[in-house]
Amino acid sequence: MNRQLLTGNAAAAWGARLAEVEYIPAYPITPQTEIIESLAQWVARGELAARLVTMDSEHSMLTAAGAAAATGARVFTASSSQGLLYGFEMLYTLAGWRVPLVLVNVSRALSAPITLEPDHNDVLAARDAGFLQLHAESCQEVLDSVLMAYRLAEHPDVLLPALVNLDGFYLSFTREPVALPPLDAVRAFLPAYHPDHARFSASHAMAQGVAVLGGSAYTFFKYQMQRAAEAALPVHDTIAAEFEHHFGRRYGSVEGYQLDDAEFVIVMSNSFSTVGRAAVSRLRRQGEKIGLLRLRLLRPFPHGDIARLLAGRRAVAVIDQNISVGKGGILFAEVASALRARTAPPLISFISGLGGRRFRPEEFDQIAAALHQAEQDGGSPEPQLLFTAAEYESVRKMLQIAHPDTVETG
Amino acid sequence: MQTRREIYQSIKQIPREEYLAAGTGLCGGCGGLLALRLFYKALGPRTIFVNAAGCMTLLAVFPFSPFRSSWLYTAMASAPAGAQGIRDALDILIANGKLPKNDDLKVVVVTGDGAAHGIGLQATLAAIYRGLDFYYFCYDNEAFGNTGFQMSPASPLGSRTTTTPTTPATPAGTRTHKQDLFELWRAQHPAFIATVSPAYPLDLLDKVGRADRLTGPKLFISLASCPPGWGVEPADSVEVAKLAVDTGVWPLKEFHDGHVIHTVVPHRFHPVEDYLTRQARYRHLFEPARQEDVLQQLQSDVDHYWERARSEPA
Repeated sequence: MNRQLLTGNAAAAWGARLAEVEYIPAYPITPQTEIIESLAQWVARGELAARLVTMDSEHSMLTAAGAAAATGARVFTASSSQGLLYGFEMLYTLAGWRVPLVLVNVSRALSAPITLEPDHNDVLAARDAGFLQLHAESCQEVLDSVLMAYRLAEHPDVLLPALVNLDGFYLSFTREPVALPPLDAVRAFLPAYHPDHARFSASHAMAQGVAVLGGSAYTFFKYQMQRAAEAALPVHDTIAAEFEHHFGRRYGSVEGYQLDDAEFVIVMSNSFSTVGRAAVSRLRRQGEKIGLLRLRLLRPFPHGDIARLLAGRRAVAVIDQNISVGKGGILFAEVASALRARTAPPLISFISGLGGRRFRPEEFDQIAAALHQAEQDGGSPEPQLLFTAAEYESVRKMLQIAHPDTVETG
Repeated sequence: MQTRREIYQSIKQIPREEYLAAGTGLCGGCGGLLALRLFYKALGPRTIFVNAAGCMTLLAVFPFSPFRSSWLYTAMASAPAGAQGIRDALDILIANGKLPKNDDLKVVVVTGDGAAHGIGLQATLAAIYRGLDFYYFCYDNEAFGNTGFQMSPASPLGSRTTTTPTTPATPAGTRTHKQDLFELWRAQHPAFIATVSPAYPLDLLDKVGRADRLTGPKLFISLASCPPGWGVEPADSVEVAKLAVDTGVWPLKEFHDGHVIHTVVPHRFHPVEDYLTRQARYRHLFEPARQEDVLQQLQSDVDHYWERARSEPA
């Protein structure tokens, strides 16, 4: 296996190259630019058989990326910070198109004040859009995550776009030894993309991104995305095992360090987890029974793994490299939601009213019953998606009109 | 006067096939929809429409689409970038042998004037700059029609919109001149630009048919008479669109190969007032008192335009 000293950005570009992406819409922004520069060099030299197009903005870049993926190409793109937010509208749109492209975000704090160095307010702002999110700690993990992200996104049970995050500067510009897997091994792990669900051609008419009228249809499609994201959790485990089989490296939805006998746990994400590991080792030498839990898969959120690994600890600290102004740490709230609070009232989660969907009186009866149940079993952080049988039937009839050949009748 | 048409000489040559089904949610008498229907006939069904937010968004409402072929709703600002992604992906898939050549599509952006003149202009100019091989169909109803007729940069001087109301302090309504989108595009020398009208179907079809032979950006602006916004009866929509041409307000022209040619020049120009008086959006220019300054300005703008057009070499 070929091992090279690569920056995080170069590792991201290598991930795209080894995935044999076909289309790369691009727009520069610090600290991401080295990714598209590397890809542009390879395309220009004929080392990567892809088309790279420089766009007029990240908004256009994401639109072109999504439209190309909807036509059937394997697409890669990258951005950072202000650029990610400039294209923000299209993140939701692309997720709704169900196009399995991969977007690398190189984290950088948001203006104002303007700065270049990283935090995670940019990528976490995108957490609700419908992109899967993988957050990398090392340059090796950046490359590996890009490959895994394509497998995950393109899986027929998932079909959502995926975002791979790496920290600007601390990872983007730091050289680490990176094993470059041989192309034939990558092809065995990640076969060429042949979409069945999304492709435009003269002989295959398709309407994508059409308007819906009424909350039930809107809700139906959003719930489909939620179910697909939930399905990505077990799919990720399967893919991680396959990845290990091919390349000898294993990635979980979360990663523990010195966790087995830890009484206290620090929760972190991304490249600064390396600093956290060193601190844990130092504190261990001083007699602290402490460990570290690194969050890697942030969407879908691995409630179960987090709850399991934090259960029974004496105390847990969450370090957020972001601030939701007026609230606090974003990951703190997310981790808290994964833990079943035994002392506080049990907390349960419902989704309703999407796209103007009406609340039905019987939903509150169901919620009341669920509260009694939660009092007994402590509740669960996974959201319950409220939808009536009659609504489902109305949407099913529309689906049958839209896809008479695939939706069963009766 | 008319320039010689090359493909469509007679109304009988207009394809009978309907690729855009009737019964959509659009307003009765929509000039933009009629122009799009004609446009589609000239291009044929191997076409994908890439829509920017606007009136035409309501053509495809789940689970129905009136289009024989494909449709992608993007966002308000970036339909040309969507066209870029589709065009590139089709080229890539054909080159890689994943898509047969005869499965190729013509890529058409559909946009209103609100998006075309403002939020979508950057993406449009960028697509022209890159030489993207696509069609661009702008239905220009001279306001943000879908949201209830607010002023856009395409709203003409003296027209009333819901955000340029006529009050004692603002008697003329819109006080700015219509932004010249044709000239903004022309600065970058795309393959083809044309203005068209639903009231001149042969002119429209012939332009699309001739543009179809070219590679590169092929851009069209159709005046889109808008019964609810303009305050005309749906049945009179085409007639009002025709008056826009016959008064000289809406010049039918094209840019190709470095030259601008006017394809329909009225033998005798009707007074601009003949066009204005047919529409409620200009009623305040006549009632309760005639606003002579605005009316003269509108007529002299048209006169100056055509004087310039006559003096410039074709």
